[in-house]
Amino acid sequence: MKFDKPETTNPIDQLKIVGQAVNRVDGPLKVTGAATYAYEWHDPDARLAYGYPVGSTIAKGRIATMDLSQARAAPGVVTIVTAKEAGQLGKGSLNTATLLGGPVIEHYHQAIAVVVAETFEQARAAAALVHVTYEEAEGKFDLSAEKDGLGPTDSDVKVGEFETAFAEAAVRLDETYTTPDQSHAMMEPHASLAAWDGDKLTIWTSSQMIAWSVGDVAKTLKIPPANVRVISPYIGGGFGSKLFVRSDTILAALGSRAAGRPVKIALPRPFLMNNTTHRPATIQRIRIGAGRDGRITAIAHEGWSGNLPDGDPENAVDQTKLLYAGANRLTGNRLATLDLPEGNAMRAPGEAPGLMALEIAMDEMAEKLGLDPIEFRVINDTQVDPGNPNRPFSHRQLVECLRIGAERFGWSARNARPGTARDGRWLKGIGVAAGFRNNLTTKSGARVRLDGRGVVTVETDMTDIGTGSYTIIAQTAAEMMGLPIERISVRLGDSAFPVSAGSGGQWGANSATAGVYAACVKLREIVAQRLGFNSTDAVFADSEVRSGDRRALLAHAASNGEITVEDAIEFGDLKKTHQQSTFATHFVEVAVDAATAETRVRRMLSVCAAGRILNPKTARSQVIGAMTMGVGGALMEELAVDKRRGFFVNHDLAGYEVPVHADIPHQEVIFLDEIDPMSSPMKAKGVGELGLCGVGAAVANAVYNATGIRVRNYPITLDKLITQLPSAA
Amino acid sequence: MRAFTYERAASPVQAAAAAAANPDAKFIAGGTNLLDLMKLEIETPTHLIDVNGLGLDTIEATSEGGLRVGALVRNTDLAADERVRRNYGVLSRAILAGASGQLRNRATTAGNLLQRTRCPYFYDTAQPCNKRQPGSGCSAIGGFSRQLGIVGTSEACIATNPSDMAVGLRVLDATVETMKPDATTRRIAIAEFHRLPGDTPHIETVLERGEFITAVTLPSPVGGKHLYRKVRDRASYAFALVSVAAVIQQDGTGRVAIGGVAHKPWRVEAAEAELPRGAKAASERLLDGAKPSHENAFKVTLVERTLGSVLEEARS
Repeated sequence: MKFDKPETTNPIDQLKIVGQAVNRVDGPLKVTGAATYAYEWHDPDARLAYGYPVGSTIAKGRIATMDLSQARAAPGVVTIVTAKEAGQLGKGSLNTATLLGGPVIEHYHQAIAVVVAETFEQARAAAALVHVTYEEAEGKFDLSAEKDGLGPTDSDVKVGEFETAFAEAAVRLDETYTTPDQSHAMMEPHASLAAWDGDKLTIWTSSQMIAWSVGDVAKTLKIPPANVRVISPYIGGGFGSKLFVRSDTILAALGSRAAGRPVKIALPRPFLMNNTTHRPATIQRIRIGAGRDGRITAIAHEGWSGNLPDGDPENAVDQTKLLYAGANRLTGNRLATLDLPEGNAMRAPGEAPGLMALEIAMDEMAEKLGLDPIEFRVINDTQVDPGNPNRPFSHRQLVECLRIGAERFGWSARNARPGTARDGRWLKGIGVAAGFRNNLTTKSGARVRLDGRGVVTVETDMTDIGTGSYTIIAQTAAEMMGLPIERISVRLGDSAFPVSAGSGGQWGANSATAGVYAACVKLREIVAQRLGFNSTDAVFADSEVRSGDRRALLAHAASNGEITVEDAIEFGDLKKTHQQSTFATHFVEVAVDAATAETRVRRMLSVCAAGRILNPKTARSQVIGAMTMGVGGALMEELAVDKRRGFFVNHDLAGYEVPVHADIPHQEVIFLDEIDPMSSPMKAKGVGELGLCGVGAAVANAVYNATGIRVRNYPITLDKLITQLPSAA
Repeated sequence: MRAFTYERAASPVQAAAAAAANPDAKFIAGGTNLLDLMKLEIETPTHLIDVNGLGLDTIEATSEGGLRVGALVRNTDLAADERVRRNYGVLSRAILAGASGQLRNRATTAGNLLQRTRCPYFYDTAQPCNKRQPGSGCSAIGGFSRQLGIVGTSEACIATNPSDMAVGLRVLDATVETMKPDATTRRIAIAEFHRLPGDTPHIETVLERGEFITAVTLPSPVGGKHLYRKVRDRASYAFALVSVAAVIQQDGTGRVAIGGVAHKPWRVEAAEAELPRGAKAASERLLDGAKPSHENAFKVTLVERTLGSVLEEARS
């Protein structure tokens, strides 16, 4: 199904099941432990062996010697694979560094061997007996040291004459902000079980993107994609780290090939920080010029980040092209080559760190102008793409988010003069920030089957990374076919199923359900035909098909055999004619200990305008999770770089702190009643990343309101506040 | 994790003798720290002596009016004991400020005293660390040291002791009771129990080879207000940046011990004379000779502020 015109009325608009707060259909499986995660696949007849990775202990250089003799002789060892044994490997099109290094070493903890043994314990013990010497080369690990050499590039985006307009502006802001490297730190580590049957490879893994995995496994191992099957029905969190094939998969496949047995690998926790990807640190310079009336006349956002050779920058400037009005604009990324582990997508890549900076800048600018931060944002709202005024937003309710949030949060009670609200030993403050994330859509396929019992089975390689995909897909099929949700069976995460959008970039919910919608439209046509209805006026409800006085059981359509159809949603040019984005505001109250500068969040509110909300319960769960991640980014999360040795030092969950329950207080989420007919037949968008975008800055602005201290370097830990606290003066 | 042999000790003296017989043996009680370290091969014992069956899990009154806490009393039970809560509140609060409910259910009194540092370089076996591998150097000095020690440090090591319980015991002047392989016992003042790193940071306590902790005794109650304030980057389940254990009397005199700043719970009795004059005077004496790094210099201010806040709370 081609989607190239704004959607009119369709069966989803009934909202009998879609749009309702339906419980997770996979919930019982998960709480009873019956959902099989990657490392839990187990076939007692399969002579399973266990792999354990060996990581480089230098950041850059070459392996000089590698002595495997002691490891090979260790109890239970089946085989050891290094780059030498693996032979010529390709590199995945979505990988920056190779997943099995050697002799060249590209980053710390790059995998250089996999030890396969009869048990996990034997593999781990033997891996520690692999003795490696290196020729270490000098690397670059310090983004701030590289920054000065990196100026404007040809890819800078310019609208109007920024420099002139900025120089002439009555009120100007020119500040630099930094965000640190961050780790996804999801609960389930990367894990894979690989098994070969002749030249055919099956991988049970934890992947957000099944088709990407198939492609890059095939490319890395130099085998045809048709020989690769990837299965990943349950995923214990990803946040972008499982968008790409990682070393667990390739090492399991290589280990299995060498051992002649299925091999299972989970990456040890320290490998998550230094072996896989992370969100790169940024340095961001923001300049805003405005008239005394508060109208922005010039806005520039430049971002510096680093990555391995051929890696991408962290695009922290993208939202600044679209979020606020202003005739003269400049945005650009400057990329340094660093020899730290690979930087790549983490939840809301670009916008998450970009808004952490931009939305502090907006708070600062409002203060310079003597405007309320909400009014300043309202004044600079735009209903069109500021770089191309002929291109309107499909639906933009940022102002509504600001107004409704202000009312619900009690913004009017905010003391605009910072550092003046006290509650015992606590300094209190509230802050606001806007959230913004584009609505990405991508082709997504599904197969639906109707059987003679009246059960509809949906098959798509879409994944559920804890987001609720199973549930919203079941809701979609139930609504379309007029069945109760119990009559829908959803099967996900298998490359044997049609290729879907997958889970990433908050495109999954809208695109994947639209693909299921398309397949269900086709199924309805065949069902109507089989039952002798005119498909245009047939109503599917209560497990029946009806038209006028006639009615028939849906199941009867399949009485002579299962009906199977397949279709995909394909998106046309509406994205070109209309800018499709999601909007939010985040309100945060913090308390800062007047003596110790400990910051504790007291309450949070997010107001989201993100198209139709397919399931307010699972959507809310995503947003409160994102708000929690935002608190982590604001107050504690930082991968500490050892700039001498080139690695992230705090590589476990004791050292890399994320919020615990005690850090997260009352959270409230409001979804504006919104449908966006430009986005898809579902009229939905995504919220999973929107919920994170801007949260950090709302916390930072609340800390400023509480203390009068403007921290521009995340995370806002107490050491950055303590000497400047009002009570310290 | 390396392969190891395992035995269950039948008595404290047998446990001590078994440990003395094998230089690579370790006692195991709750295992909440040791097992993690073994998985990472930071600890590589060839033999484990399980002491969980020895009893030693009761809290009893002493003839001096104090309490004897068995070595195997779980942290949860110690913190919840009515006598501890009534007369040694600082200890109960310190314990509850550490770890998580699940860990405290397993962790023991003796094991808590013997837990190893959380210095990130100690935890990465690819990095030099004098504590893990004597003579290899200290990668924390000049590296990521935000969490690490500021006082009593050495050229060889700037690690901190991560225990909260030990800070509470220090301010209460507890005593560690041990048994040696020859069945003799000794009593070690908590002040003497943990060592400063010097040039042997791998030797963390004064325990001799095979010497087995049987109990920790608390002297008779000292009254006063018992406070424990732990400052950290998140609200729970994190090691202290700085913690303050304090027992403050009505007249403003009292005792304080500091956690998160040194290789042992940090207490300077001379500084306590300054307490009535306030946190600034007391913390200056407490941290006399401190050598913070660029990354953890804030702890000097934080000690003073936290102490000030605790003193204020004691007055209120």
